[in-house]
Amino acid sequence: MDPIIILQAGVASGTVLLFATIGEIFTERSGILNLGLEGMMLIGAMSAYKTALATGNPWLGVFVAMLVAGLLSQVHALITIQFQADQVVSGLALTFLGTGLSMVFGEGLSKAGAVALLPSFSIPGLVSIPFVGPILFEDQSVMVYLGYLLVPLAWYYINRTRPGLHLRAIGEYPAAADALGINVNRLRYFYVLVGGMLAGVAGATISLAVSPGWFSHLTTSGQGWIAIGLVIFAQWDPIRAAGGSYAFGALRRMILDIQGPLKIFGLRNPFYYNPYWGFFLQMLPYAFTIVVLVIGSREAIRKRMGAPAALGLPYIRGERGL
Amino acid sequence: MTTKPSLFAQYRSGARFRLRMEPRMDQPGWLGLIVSLGAVTFALVLGGFVLMLVGGDPIRAYAFMAKAAFGDIGVFSDTLVKATPLILVSLAAVVAFRMRLWNIGAEGQFYLGAFGASLVVLTPILPPETSPWLMIPVMMIFGALAGALWGFIPGYLKAKYNVNEIISTLMMNYIAVAWNNYFIFDVWSEGGFQMSRQFPKTAWLPRLTDYAAQVPMFRGLTIHLGFVIAMIAAGVVWWILYRSRWGYEIRLIGDNPRAARYAGINIVRNTILVMMLSGALAGLGGMLEISGVVHRLQGAISSGYGFTGIIIAWLAKLNPILVVPISILFGGLLLAGREIQPSGIPMLIQGIILVCLIGSDFLFRNRIRLVRVGREA
Repeated sequence: MDPIIILQAGVASGTVLLFATIGEIFTERSGILNLGLEGMMLIGAMSAYKTALATGNPWLGVFVAMLVAGLLSQVHALITIQFQADQVVSGLALTFLGTGLSMVFGEGLSKAGAVALLPSFSIPGLVSIPFVGPILFEDQSVMVYLGYLLVPLAWYYINRTRPGLHLRAIGEYPAAADALGINVNRLRYFYVLVGGMLAGVAGATISLAVSPGWFSHLTTSGQGWIAIGLVIFAQWDPIRAAGGSYAFGALRRMILDIQGPLKIFGLRNPFYYNPYWGFFLQMLPYAFTIVVLVIGSREAIRKRMGAPAALGLPYIRGERGL
Repeated sequence: MTTKPSLFAQYRSGARFRLRMEPRMDQPGWLGLIVSLGAVTFALVLGGFVLMLVGGDPIRAYAFMAKAAFGDIGVFSDTLVKATPLILVSLAAVVAFRMRLWNIGAEGQFYLGAFGASLVVLTPILPPETSPWLMIPVMMIFGALAGALWGFIPGYLKAKYNVNEIISTLMMNYIAVAWNNYFIFDVWSEGGFQMSRQFPKTAWLPRLTDYAAQVPMFRGLTIHLGFVIAMIAAGVVWWILYRSRWGYEIRLIGDNPRAARYAGINIVRNTILVMMLSGALAGLGGMLEISGVVHRLQGAISSGYGFTGIIIAWLAKLNPILVVPISILFGGLLLAGREIQPSGIPMLIQGIILVCLIGSDFLFRNRIRLVRVGREA
């Protein structure tokens, strides 16, 4: 129960949520809700692991994961943008499809043995900052550092650049964006792709860095759904998404560690004496997701803000939207 | 009247064509059926390609599955046993989806239903020698209540705080599984095994095979009373949706929430009630499964029934009566799928079916036409 270790591991496992959440923020900001995150992450985790196993090159694994998850996301794009189908049902279908595909192509992969993982290292200099250094910069996976870079980049892109302005426009008021000469549907395809590729990276981060291996459909253990909850909590803002992701990562680690010691805060540790109480600990991330949703939704009502106005609606030129 | 030149002649003379979509004004019922059947066939063909890709023989696999699910009366009875929980979770999805409430939590409500029914037997609320005439109905009520409670929580959060029900119901699934695990690992564990003790016979739903002494033909037929209860539930749900005032409100909210609000329909109350009804149906499914098949509380009583129910509900176009035959087909798929390798194949086929199905809705709603593009363009 060393808090430094819990936070350090929390940042690592939170990185998975971070990639997935920021990817989904891009997709939802463009007006498309993609509930298929879990499926895309699974197929990313599987294809990354399988590629790294076959080639010995984990970077190639990350690349293939982005490619495959991105490809899967385009199924959703086609169905919701071109065919104007219900985005909720299509997202669910994508989850089934991704889960099924990764189970079929990942058959036997769990017994495959050791695989080359993504490198971990410390950042010299930064690591010696007291308290923060060991948590953020000591012996972390390269994906964690990439995550640190992604947060400000995503924020800057969405809020301070012209393409980011277009992204927000097609999600808030597509008809106006269309009138300005922005190709709404083409951009939506693109941002669904971005979300899919980042989900693939999230999957690869699981199977090649944070908790290496392939455990069939249990590999992601609902993290794709937690990420969708986090998007709402984050109010579609990458910086809040980072806070939420790392907090959830730390929570996941704390649940593992809390069952170790004989005593907590000088009291008898009930989780040590009856390990089955651990099932209640296992519920915590999911219960917290609901709590986080309540907070996010209440705040959205209070501040009169929230989801991109056109989220979930297909754009058909000439038809009155909104 | 001059006859129009053929399309090809027009093409030769320099006209250009492109595909155009236009909304279909008339949507005949038979077309929906054909489009759905086409989508499923297309999905099976696609699934076959994937099977080939991983080194399987799709024709043999499908033939095997058909035989393993519908080959003789014995396996058909097993298929109906598998269809029973599917019918109930699909009805749960139908009720909620009809109001455009996305209850993805039938899986968790199913587990809680099994837990509620087990409470009656294992606490015990009723002694084991209670007559089945009392025992079974009480178990059904407890199962449905537990499921309804599990639906109430996300329903309340949706109605009061506008909490997205898709995510909350999904999270409740994980919590339900952990909850049941605690009881089968700790409280009700039998001799350290991860299951409860077997229920007394009074808590078993009668099966056909139980009457083999009187009717030899019934020997080995595992189909139980739950299948009949499931069909009755389908009828009741149909009646609620299409013959009752409440059902009218549900459908109106689903079709046009704004109009419903102007008509003075209480959306908050209906959101909570529909989630509870949906949860109760799934919970009843969980009760029927442990009382009719497993006869004890244990882990993994559902192989993703809650999710398969979503696909069935969509295939049935949210029609509670159509849910029954489609559930039987999917029951066969799950039954036969257990013996198919790799194990992800049934899940994959379900996913492809759903993708093709919602893709095909577009064909149902739109007419695709070849239109002539002006020569000067």
